[in-house]
Amino acid sequence: MTIDMSQFIAVFFDEAAEHLASLEALLLKLNVANPDAEELNAIFRAAHSIKGGAATFGFSDLTEVTHILENLLDRIRKHETVLRPEMVDVFLRTGDVLQDMLAAHRGQGDADAEAIVQVTRELAQFSNEDNPASSNERISIEIAAGDEFDMAALLRELTSHGEIIDYEHGDNARPWRFRIDSTQMSASILDSISFLINPERISISEGEESDAGYGLFTPAEKSESTSADEAYGFFEQITKPEETTNDGYGFFEPLPVKKDALVEGEGFGFFVPAESLPIRETVVPQAEVAVTLVSELNRRSGDRVAADRAPAGDKSDTSIRVSVEKVDQLLNLVGELVITQSMLAQNALQLDPVLHEKLLSGVAQLERNTRELQESVMSIRMMPISFVFNRYPRLVRDLAGKLNKQVELRMIGENTELDKGFIEKLSDPMTHLVRNSLDHGLETPEVRLAKGKPAQGNLTLKAFHQGGNIVIEVSDDGAGLNRERILAKAKERGFNVSDSMPDSEVWMLIFEAGFSTAAEVTDVSGRGVGMDVVRKNIQSMGGRVEIQSMAGVGSTISVRLPLTLAILDGMSIAASDELYIIPLTFIIESLQPRVIDIKGMAGRGNVINVRGEYLPLIALYEIFNLPSKVNSFEEGIAIILEAEGQKIALFVDNLLGQHQVVVKNLETNYRRVPGVAGATIMGDGHVAFILDVAALVQMAQQISPPNLIPVAA
Amino acid sequence: MDALMKDDDANRELLVFALGKEEYGIDILKVQEIRGYDAVTGIANAPNFIKGVINLRGNIVPIVDLRIKFSLGNVVYDQFTVVIIINVSQRTMGIVVDGVSDVMTLATDQLRAAPEFGSALDTAYILGLGTVEDRMIILVDIEKLMTSADMALVEAVAA
Repeated sequence: MTIDMSQFIAVFFDEAAEHLASLEALLLKLNVANPDAEELNAIFRAAHSIKGGAATFGFSDLTEVTHILENLLDRIRKHETVLRPEMVDVFLRTGDVLQDMLAAHRGQGDADAEAIVQVTRELAQFSNEDNPASSNERISIEIAAGDEFDMAALLRELTSHGEIIDYEHGDNARPWRFRIDSTQMSASILDSISFLINPERISISEGEESDAGYGLFTPAEKSESTSADEAYGFFEQITKPEETTNDGYGFFEPLPVKKDALVEGEGFGFFVPAESLPIRETVVPQAEVAVTLVSELNRRSGDRVAADRAPAGDKSDTSIRVSVEKVDQLLNLVGELVITQSMLAQNALQLDPVLHEKLLSGVAQLERNTRELQESVMSIRMMPISFVFNRYPRLVRDLAGKLNKQVELRMIGENTELDKGFIEKLSDPMTHLVRNSLDHGLETPEVRLAKGKPAQGNLTLKAFHQGGNIVIEVSDDGAGLNRERILAKAKERGFNVSDSMPDSEVWMLIFEAGFSTAAEVTDVSGRGVGMDVVRKNIQSMGGRVEIQSMAGVGSTISVRLPLTLAILDGMSIAASDELYIIPLTFIIESLQPRVIDIKGMAGRGNVINVRGEYLPLIALYEIFNLPSKVNSFEEGIAIILEAEGQKIALFVDNLLGQHQVVVKNLETNYRRVPGVAGATIMGDGHVAFILDVAALVQMAQQISPPNLIPVAA
Repeated sequence: MDALMKDDDANRELLVFALGKEEYGIDILKVQEIRGYDAVTGIANAPNFIKGVINLRGNIVPIVDLRIKFSLGNVVYDQFTVVIIINVSQRTMGIVVDGVSDVMTLATDQLRAAPEFGSALDTAYILGLGTVEDRMIILVDIEKLMTSADMALVEAVAA
């Protein structure tokens, strides 16, 4: 039987990456002094799942490292070892090493062999030093009489746990008996051998050694179950020995994730760990294990589902993996459907409602269904922003250590969903912002204390919806931006600035390319490249960046993004004979200008007085060189637009209506057009251009110099 | 020319269209479809031969009028105006021509190198001249032509 394993391996890589990510997240969340049992279990499960998968696919190097990690974690969660902060550090580094190894297996780069050895040694060190019972214990194992099993694998497994002292061969009538000297707890031995043999057949006891702690309960061979987990009586241990190690459902959790392995015919691949997989002679006992486990699962899944989901907060086992292209294709098709539907609806309007009643109601229903379908498909692309946020606890922790700062990172609204396309593009600019806040924003503990602030700084990442936008804020309670320094630097670099500029404009200066006020360039930030990139990236996503800052109190940088790349809310406007769409997010208001409010600026075009504020008035037909169809400003509409903290009034002929439009890229088949962000297809099948407001604002500034704009009346 | 000569075993199939009195041929594999001229949305500040973009089943496709570009033929737009939709360098675009006459196969021995002048097109974009009976077909390297800086259709060159 030859099976194409590559697809399963790909799934394993994806899953392992996910497990590593959750491992890291959990470790960072962990309260070292008083770790939460559920969290420890989850960490253990993540390590265990990686090990299981790695073993199944024969990545023995991964298995080795995770095995040590798993053992240590196992002991910690059983309170046999006390968790210490250094351990978390080593665990995190182990996670990094595993990630490198995974990448190496994927054919991306090489794993650092030295680092592997290093973490392995450190992990082993923790295992040894915290193992006071390293004196060997005699453990007796008895396997009930019955079918043959894989003796070779069992012996290998036992040898890995300790030294085999005594061994008695069994058969259909006689039980097999082993006695081994081991430093490990009998529970962990039971754990590992129950992969090989139906656990119901195994009985295990800590032989001659009597432990004061539970000696009283040791008369039977089941003593260890009480020691391993008090919550489950020893009779549980016989039927479901795995459960003594987890708290009930933990063991079964990985199964649904491995569904494909199960279906694939190799069967229960997951339950057969590395050690036994290569040896196929004795399939029967393995099958038995699988059957019991599966039926167990079926029975349990009913009453445990709720409990299973809630604490783990794990959605992965009910999801499927679909390539992004497929989703995009679906989205495109739905976009087409929406256009076709509105075309139909428009044509249907011309029909006599009495004669065509049925057709019209059909069209109305089609509209409803299309809308719902569109929303559903859109939601497929939506992912929680935690995918971006999750990398920051680690980054902040590492950076804070490097910079000798104390930081508490708070994340709010991680479940806010946004388009997958944004998730990918967002991580770069966000990283810059976070680093910036840490490096330039937050002060060192000494400075903070001197200023009367708590030594520990706060860094908050927050995501929320506002109108049709998603807003992401990075705020710190650090020193805030230094207005004087920014202005001085701007003058030094020859920017057109004045001391009377409002704060909002001064802050925007830090987004200029090559602008850095950092006294020294560190390896963290200060080269003045970052913020420039931030603004570019955010703008390319159709969003904008705003800064609020107060000296000594802190600063907040907010990134405002549309909900999705593919669809936007727009206002359709007419200029000359053309129809254009302006994204609603940029529109502040629209008004009918009065002639007395419009003033000419010698050779600089016009400005309009909007409630005491003079804004440059730009006629769209002028920018686009269209024939003018209006004779005076009073015949048209001025739309007040804001982008990058600048406001302009755009003069158009008329407002037509508000639409949801499907954004099409103009550059697929053509090139970029100045002032145009993209195109869309209107209900009648015509193409309409979507205006690029940020570019229009810039065009406006070329007409009137910037220092004329903010002069208040 | 060389590229054309090399795969001479498979004779080139050409779509022949007219611009004014001249007949031009382009590789038929580059042609996606032929359609009428309809519902073009003008692009601001674009050269006059770029008529605008159309909605081709959900794709935004630019339309270039070769008659304006090469000052050939009568520039009128009616129900007989023909647009050839072509696929060049992973892009889809449309060209407006005076008319499409036929599809023909040219053998290598029917091809001659183009003289230095003699057509409205720069010889750089001409692969050769084909002779079929007493007609002369000008073989155009449509990919090179459409992605050239002259056309201002493609970002890299236009910028």
